[in-house]
Amino acid sequence: MSALMQQMSDRALRLGVPLSVQLDLTYRCNEKCVHCYLDHEDHGEMTTAEIKHLLREMAEAGVFILTLSGGEIFMRKDFFEILEYARELTFCIKLKTNAVLIREAQAARIRDLGVESIQVSIYSHRPEVHDAITKVPGSLRKSIDAIRFLKSQGLKVVIANVLMTENMHDYQSVRALADELGTECTLDPTVTPMMDGDRSILDLNAGESALRNLFRDEALVGDADEFCALPAAPDEDSMDGLPCSAGHTACYVSPYGEFYPCVQFPLSCGNVREQRFIDIWRDSEQLKEVRAVRLRDLSSCSQCAHGSSCTRCPGLAFLEGNMRGPSTADCEKSFARTGIPSKNLLAKKEKVSAPRLVQIQLVPAITGSRLSGMGGASVGA
Amino acid sequence: MGFNQQSTISNSCVKLKMNKRIYLARSPRIAARRLGEEMLVMSGQGSTLFTLNPTATILWQAADGATPLDEIVESRICSEFAVQPEEAMRDAEALAEDLAKHGILLISEQPIPKPATSVQESR
Repeated sequence: MSALMQQMSDRALRLGVPLSVQLDLTYRCNEKCVHCYLDHEDHGEMTTAEIKHLLREMAEAGVFILTLSGGEIFMRKDFFEILEYARELTFCIKLKTNAVLIREAQAARIRDLGVESIQVSIYSHRPEVHDAITKVPGSLRKSIDAIRFLKSQGLKVVIANVLMTENMHDYQSVRALADELGTECTLDPTVTPMMDGDRSILDLNAGESALRNLFRDEALVGDADEFCALPAAPDEDSMDGLPCSAGHTACYVSPYGEFYPCVQFPLSCGNVREQRFIDIWRDSEQLKEVRAVRLRDLSSCSQCAHGSSCTRCPGLAFLEGNMRGPSTADCEKSFARTGIPSKNLLAKKEKVSAPRLVQIQLVPAITGSRLSGMGGASVGA
Repeated sequence: MGFNQQSTISNSCVKLKMNKRIYLARSPRIAARRLGEEMLVMSGQGSTLFTLNPTATILWQAADGATPLDEIVESRICSEFAVQPEEAMRDAEALAEDLAKHGILLISEQPIPKPATSVQESR
């Protein structure tokens, strides 16, 4: 973030202004990515008129940066009508898309409408890997063609490379592809749980060894020894720090009008179909609770050696069951980076190694297909 | 009067001709929102962020393409700030040139028609 943007963000925080909003226009998608956290069925998306009404309310509330995402935004037939309306309201627009449906004409229209940037998901430079993740043959070629169309219009494009077991070894080639295309590139080694709390897709997360190698890649992190150095203990300032911008200067609205602190923090704070956007932002009890949380309030993390340097996501902690608890995915990243287990990981280890009060051994004679779903040889309580 | 900017964009300088009426309009390619007493402005090309101070914000908000700059200065600036009209006009012209140079304002010696829009003016 630039110094000026940081200043503006600090001012927005003081003034209580929602500077940045992600609005998902649809959860429908033309790709079926293996790691996606969404239910792609349409359960009653906001209409064009409802979205325009919401955009007016957001402009009046002071929202400046509007990220339009999904699902796939181009699955909505009214996408350009919505985009045009949003630009008339002078939002700074960022788009997130797989870009499969962007051809020359769409790229030109996006340029004409003054979009700030377009983020395109690319998982690998190899079609057999990218297309296996999206489950759409030919999708890599279409996305790369679209990036070229967008770049030919002079637009800013950012490749988003989510890393998981399937593509962990391809990120350097994706970065090289980004250089060739003239785009920026971001890496994210975190697969998140489904919005409904289903955690089965977390098995796709890259393991500790792969993360460790990633964090020692000096092309990414600069001085690896410095990046992976032992964290300083949390000081008084960091104890009073805010976890992130979610609910403070930023929020998320789903295609059904549900208002959350962040796309990764599915704590419903209200619905814009029933209440004004600004009323939810100002008065929601759930948002007030999110805003009240400081590091010193986190029973485990405030005592953890990683407290001052951890990227703990309050949304992921919420999905684990407690917005004031640890986010294990971030604990694992801190461990892979420094080699020092977090307080949470140590507690989990102690729990696993503690003697079980009851142990049930499966008898070989009854282990068969009937029990394959139990996923283990013993179950303890 | 003035504004802060995140980085510099090189562009052709728009020279104002003295003693002629000039008209200002907000560029349709920028993003903008009022934040407290200031105006946040992002130019589409180059993703450059600007903040306009309260005086520049008044000028920017009054730039409707139809009201001449001298009328804006007289009705919106001299009435709010203890400043002589000649001095205010000189400052306003310099500021308008700067903003035009960065693609934030359009300047013309003729009224500038508004692009077709279905939306009322935002804050």
